[in-house]
Amino acid sequence: MTETGFEPKIVAFVCNWCSYGGADIAGSMRLNYTANVKLIRVMCSGRVDPEFIMEAFRGGADGVMILGCHPGDCHYIEGNYKTLKRYNMLKPLLKQFNIEQDRLHLDWVSASEGEKFARVVEGMNDRISKLGPLNWDKSLGERPHVEALS
Amino acid sequence: MSEKPKIGIYWCSSCGGCEEAIVDLNETILDVVAAVDIMLWPVAMDFKYEDVVNMEDGELLASFINGGIRLSEQEEIVKLLRKKSQLIFAFGSCAHMGGVPGLANLQNRESIFNRVYKEIDSNDNPDNIIPETKSMVDGKYEAELPVFYDSVYPLDQIIDVDYYIPGCAPAPDTITDAFMAILKNELPDKGSILSPSKSLCDTCPRKDTKPDKVDIDAFRRPQFYDKLDDGRCFLEAGIICMGPATRGGCGERCINANMACRGCYGPPDGVKDQGLRMLSALASIIKPNEEEGIEEVLKTLPDQIGPLYMYGLPSSILFRKKMD
Repeated sequence: MTETGFEPKIVAFVCNWCSYGGADIAGSMRLNYTANVKLIRVMCSGRVDPEFIMEAFRGGADGVMILGCHPGDCHYIEGNYKTLKRYNMLKPLLKQFNIEQDRLHLDWVSASEGEKFARVVEGMNDRISKLGPLNWDKSLGERPHVEALS
Repeated sequence: MSEKPKIGIYWCSSCGGCEEAIVDLNETILDVVAAVDIMLWPVAMDFKYEDVVNMEDGELLASFINGGIRLSEQEEIVKLLRKKSQLIFAFGSCAHMGGVPGLANLQNRESIFNRVYKEIDSNDNPDNIIPETKSMVDGKYEAELPVFYDSVYPLDQIIDVDYYIPGCAPAPDTITDAFMAILKNELPDKGSILSPSKSLCDTCPRKDTKPDKVDIDAFRRPQFYDKLDDGRCFLEAGIICMGPATRGGCGERCINANMACRGCYGPPDGVKDQGLRMLSALASIIKPNEEEGIEEVLKTLPDQIGPLYMYGLPSSILFRKKMD
């Protein structure tokens, strides 16, 4: 818990073949990492449609992570390269929507890197804690209540 | 009284091109007019809102509403039309997705009013007067203006919409097919978009020139590209063509005029966010695989919302820019 009592809500998409294994190892090693991260297992980081990421932000996430296999190690040969390109396009798009770019993070975690998994998740938690809540729904604005003309 | 079905046509936040599109049906419009009674069409005929208020609920068979919702007045009228109409058709890109005026969701009321009434050089407004919803004229008349919302809304975020007629403006065939479907009672399931769901690329006349794998090392803007008329796939040249993320049925009007698709028919069924789907498609044709190379390519695309959300920012997942 931070001083302000803000607990970030972080959604992490983790690939089945590497990063989910990394999370598993982190658990087996009894490493401590924040409970603020909610893992969603996908078959490949390349399966993470940008719609998923925006839906997460719209739905109340303060940060979104994508964790995949190291470049060259993708189970499906090149899925993570597609992820990297999408990620690089999404960053400036988020900026245009006035969402801090640090709220989206891509990292490579192999199935043996339990320690790295815990570290990148903790790092994300620290950054989002500093940024504060996103509260996307509150930024949508309101309009007055209007009835049909009568 | 005639027994012909009654319809209404209404104009909200849009340019008027959709009204033009109805008139551009040429002779077909005579068939339409012969088959129905138009009970409201402010741009072309003289009717009073009061006449609509006095109708029975559901008296209109259908209302065709173009334009997004930006003003409280528009919301009042479309809610009235919803009550009086059996079917509501969102007519054109603006009612369907927000349209080009929806790009104003990168601003809000305050920033738009500041720009329009204070900052623009050609303004002559020394007292910095901006429109108020209520004001006194000559010290004795209270004048009222509609509320100008912070955002533009697609029609279906304000009222229940039965069908969508996409396009900026809808192609004559799209409009005629929709009218005929109503008159013949052959409408598809409620909520349908009345145009084929296959992507534009599927019927694109340039389809055969698209290589198996498109690899680009830079995005190009069409005005700086002198081979638009070479008949080849625009994406191959690095020109953003929204075809992969856009519904077909428009008759490929832009492509046939040597212009890349801007996406006015909106996404095919099952795609929630047209801009993001296109972002995925564009990302997959960037040639370099390493971060530095990708960044180099992306330097040639300084604005993403402009091309990706030219017609659909208010119907995107994020809806609008967050204002500070």
